[in-house]
Amino acid sequence: MIKFILRRLMLGVIVLFGVVVITFVIARVVPSDPAAKWVGPRATPEQIAKATVDLGLDQPVYVQFWKYLAALAQGDLGYSLRTHQPILSELEATIPPTLELVTLSTLAAVIAGIPLGVVSAQKKDQTLDHLSRLFSIGVVSLPTFWIGLVLQLIFFRLLDILPMGGQLSMGIQLTMDVPTVTGFITVDSLLAGNLEVFFDALKHLVLPGFTIAVYPVGLVARMTRSALLEIMNEDYITAARSYGLPETRVVWSYALKNSLGPTATVVALSIGFTLVNTFLTESIFAWPGIGNYIVSAVVGLDYPAIIGVTIFSTISYVILNLAADIIVATDPRVRV
Amino acid sequence: MKSFDEFLLVFKPQWREFQQSLYLFNRNHLQFASLMVVLLLVLIAIFAPWIAPYPTHILEETNVQDKLLAPSTQYWFGTDELGRDMFSRVLYGTRISLVTALIAVFISLCIRIPLGAVAGTLGGFVDEVIMRLTDIFLSFPPLLLSIAIAAFLGPSLQNAIAAIVISWWPWYTRLIRGQAVSIRERQFVRAALSIGTPRSKIIFNHVLPNTIAPVIVQASMDIGGVILTIAALSFLGLGAQAPTPEWGLLISTSRTYFLNAWWYSTFPGLAIIVTVLAFNLIGDGIREVLDPKTRKI
Repeated sequence: MIKFILRRLMLGVIVLFGVVVITFVIARVVPSDPAAKWVGPRATPEQIAKATVDLGLDQPVYVQFWKYLAALAQGDLGYSLRTHQPILSELEATIPPTLELVTLSTLAAVIAGIPLGVVSAQKKDQTLDHLSRLFSIGVVSLPTFWIGLVLQLIFFRLLDILPMGGQLSMGIQLTMDVPTVTGFITVDSLLAGNLEVFFDALKHLVLPGFTIAVYPVGLVARMTRSALLEIMNEDYITAARSYGLPETRVVWSYALKNSLGPTATVVALSIGFTLVNTFLTESIFAWPGIGNYIVSAVVGLDYPAIIGVTIFSTISYVILNLAADIIVATDPRVRV
Repeated sequence: MKSFDEFLLVFKPQWREFQQSLYLFNRNHLQFASLMVVLLLVLIAIFAPWIAPYPTHILEETNVQDKLLAPSTQYWFGTDELGRDMFSRVLYGTRISLVTALIAVFISLCIRIPLGAVAGTLGGFVDEVIMRLTDIFLSFPPLLLSIAIAAFLGPSLQNAIAAIVISWWPWYTRLIRGQAVSIRERQFVRAALSIGTPRSKIIFNHVLPNTIAPVIVQASMDIGGVILTIAALSFLGLGAQAPTPEWGLLISTSRTYFLNAWWYSTFPGLAIIVTVLAFNLIGDGIREVLDPKTRKI
C-alpha cells in the first residue's frame, strides 16, 4: 500500500514537471514581451532594456528555465507582471474564497447527488429514473457561465432576494471586524460570533455555489445509480431481502455502503473539475478567488501568474487523483 | 483491384450490423429525437445565411435605432446593443460552433490515431514514451490547459481550436493503443510480418483501419464537450472575436446588458444547450448500443 502511494506520488512529481515544462515552453515560444509589460506602456526603450536584464530575459532559455525551476523548488513562483507582487502571496489571498465555494458545492453534490442516485436506482426504468438520467446528461451539457447569468436574472433582477455578486455587501465589508483564521468568511464569522457577517456571506454564497454544484450533483447521482444497480444483483442483497428486511433498510444501509467506493472516487475527481469550473463562475459573480485571478491574468497576459495558477491547479488535481486511487485501494477486494 | 462482388462480400455483414445498431438506437425516442435535432442543426449550419431573416445583421451592419428590442414578431429573439437581429446571429452561430467543433475533433483524431497505433504496434521504448506523455496530459483538467494555451497564443478562434487540440489529443490515444495492441497479435498481422511487410505499412494498412470503429464512437461523444469548451473560451475572451456571432461570445457581450435585456443572454445559451445535449444523448445512445453489456435486442 505504501509502495503504491509512493509510486503514485512519484508519477505526480513527473506530471508536475511536465506541466511546468509545457507551460514554460508555451510562454516563451509565444511572441510576447514580458519586459515591456513589466515596466508599463509608457516606458522608454532603456527602461525596457534594463527590465530585460533584471528579469533575466537576456539569458538563454535553458538558463531561464533552470532558474525558474530552482526558484520553484523553494516555493517561489516569481512576480506578477501587472501588480509586481509575489505570485505566491496573491495565490494565498485568492485560494481561500475559491476553496469555500468548492467545499460548499462538493457538500451539495454529496447531500443531493447520493439520494438522487439511490432513488433513481430504486425506480429503475420508471419516469423518475428517466428524468434523473436526462438530468445527469443535461447538467453535463450546460454552459456553467450561462447558468450563472440566468440565476442572476431570476434571483437578483426579477425577485431581488439575493445579491448579484461579490463575497460580502459593501457596507458590511467596510465595517467588518472578523479575524482571519481559516480564510473562509462563513467559518471565520461564526468563530467570531458575528452573525450579521455570517448571514451576509451565506447570502452571497448561494448563487455561485449553486452554479458550481449543478455539475457534480449530476455526476454523483449518475455514479451512485450505476454502482447501486450493480450491487442490487448481489447474493447478499437477495439474502437480506429473503430475511424480510424492509426494502428501505436493504437499499440505504446494506447496498449503499458498498456502492460508496466508486461514488467517493467520483466526488474526489469532481472536485478537480469544480476547481476549474470556478474559473468561469467567479468572473460572473465577481468572486475574489483564484478563477477571477486567472481570468484577469489571461486578459493582461501575465504569464507568471498563469503558470502559478496552472501549477496550483495541477497539484490539487494530482492530490485528488491520488486520494481517489487510495479510496479505491482501501477496498479489500481491489489489489494494487 | 477488388471486384464489386468482393466488395459486397466484405461490406454486407457490416452493413447489416450497422442497420441493426441503427434500429436499436432509434428505438429509444429520446435518441431518435436528438438525431433529428442534430440533422436540423446541420441543415441550419449549411443554409444559415439564406434562412436568416436579416442576413446583413450577422456581422458588422448596425441598426442602432432598433437597439435592445425585446422579442417580437419582427425580431424573434430580440435585438442586441447595435440593433442587430439576435435570431439571425444565433442561427449563424450554429455554423461557427459546428464547424469549429468538427475541425477540432478531426485534427485531434489525426494526432491521436497514428500516435496510438504507433505506440501499440511498435511497443517497447516508443510505446513507453508516448504513454507517459499522455499520462502527463491526462493528469490535469483539459479546460485549464486550453485556457493557458489559448492565453499564450493570443485570442482568436483558430488559436482556441489549437488550444483544444493540444489539450484533447491524449484522451483516446490510450484507447487506440489498446486496440492496436490486440490487433498486433492477430493472425493477419503476423502473416504480414512474416512475409517481410515493413512496419510502417503494417501500421497504416493493417492496424489503423481496424481501430476506426471505436474512434468514431468517441468522436461523436467529444463534439458536445468541444462545443462547450469553445463557448467557454470565447466567453473568457480567448476564442472568437467580435463581430463573429459565436454563442459564447454573444453571452459574454450580453453581460453588460442582460439585466435589462433577458433575451440577449438567454437565446445563445439555449442554442448551446440544445446542441450539446443532442450530441451528448447521441453519444450516450451509441455507447449503449455498441456496449455488449447494455445492448438489449
